[in-house]
Amino acid sequence: MTAALSLTDRPQLRRGVRTGTDPLSGETVLLFPEGVLIMNETAAAVVRQCDGSRNVSAVLHSVGEGYDNVAVEDVVSLLQDLIAQGLLVTSSD
Amino acid sequence: MTRPLGLLAELTYRCPLHCPYCSNPVAVPQAAELGLDEWFRVLGEARQLGVLQLHLTGGEPLARPDLTPLVERARDLGFYVNLVTSGVGLDERRAAELAQAGLDHVQLSIQDADRTAADEIAGARVWRRKIAAARVVTALELPLTINIVLHRANIGRIGSLVDLAAALGADRLELAHTQYYGWALLNRSALLPTHEQVVAAEHAVAQARAVHGDTLEILYVVADYHEPYPKPCMHGWGRRHIVIAPDGRALPCPAAGQIVGLGVDNVRERSLSAIWHHSAAFTRFRGSEWMPEPCRSCPRKEVDFGGCRCQAFQLTGDAARADPVCQLSPDHHLVRAVVDAAGPQQSLRSRVNPTHG
Repeated sequence: MTAALSLTDRPQLRRGVRTGTDPLSGETVLLFPEGVLIMNETAAAVVRQCDGSRNVSAVLHSVGEGYDNVAVEDVVSLLQDLIAQGLLVTSSD
Repeated sequence: MTRPLGLLAELTYRCPLHCPYCSNPVAVPQAAELGLDEWFRVLGEARQLGVLQLHLTGGEPLARPDLTPLVERARDLGFYVNLVTSGVGLDERRAAELAQAGLDHVQLSIQDADRTAADEIAGARVWRRKIAAARVVTALELPLTINIVLHRANIGRIGSLVDLAAALGADRLELAHTQYYGWALLNRSALLPTHEQVVAAEHAVAQARAVHGDTLEILYVVADYHEPYPKPCMHGWGRRHIVIAPDGRALPCPAAGQIVGLGVDNVRERSLSAIWHHSAAFTRFRGSEWMPEPCRSCPRKEVDFGGCRCQAFQLTGDAARADPVCQLSPDHHLVRAVVDAAGPQQSLRSRVNPTHG
């Protein structure tokens, strides 16, 4: 069951999940106990903002500043996917 | 051909426990363990091949006094470093040292929630030390997965097993039915649960998830002897993982050493890249060209990759046949016969620790 993501939620990587670099492509990867996720540039940028200190609103703002043509819906959708996969967790303000 | 993602480093076959479901080989080859420099070279080669995750296992990896520099080098190279351990020897000092060196994750084995039953299975009085190890890991804020192997003697206690993992503050609990290789194959008849026990366990897991779902991730590895289709063994032969045995033999899975005539190469003689791309042990069952019917034409071949070669070899003598676990396999009657003959009357043989290193 996934509750709707709120703008005041603060996302961060779940314990045991961290970023790394793919030695073959140089791309950012998410590493966790049972697997890996190779991310594109936008996803990597979003994840980098999720350090637990920024709420969703702030994450959207930061990503929007660095990247043109990043749709809000896409970023929210990515966050929800990562939460559903147990890679991101949220705390409330 | 895909790139390998995971390296399973079996650092030693030595271990202080005697679990009857251990999948290490019963007859351990008499050969020296790879030294630290040899492992350093293997790690470097693995990184060049694209491996992202390193699983330090065995036997008991803590039995290696050089584990800390190995973890340090692995982390420096960029691996996600996972320690698969019994917890025996994982005191505050050792754990802090490993965490400092860059360890990412600990997978801790626990045999049962009941201390007496647990120590009976482990063949040693270690339950208290495992509980202590769990607390040490969580106190260091390292992620903790508890792994509990399920078999006839503990399958009725899913609720207690889950409660224990939750009480210890584990992030994840892996309830894994025994896989029948090595010592587990020897003890299969005594370990195999009945169909009724498996069904009850699945209900208990569903209930446990409803209760603990938000705080404890519960994974369940099925008893494939009771399933209609085979498990996607290793996510495909030579597709995602490399296993290095303590003496340097490179295998596509931990049990493949038993397959006669497979053509296994050793990292002492061949580079990891040459092994991944050209070793007969890796190419023999890679992809689907090798598949006989019914697998060859089966729509599930991209789902379960034809199941387990080692199981086909163990049950039929031919590693190329369909996994007999599959209801579509012409050898499926062999699995049914094993399941029907299993019972509590058979006694368990405890794993014997190899004396050489």
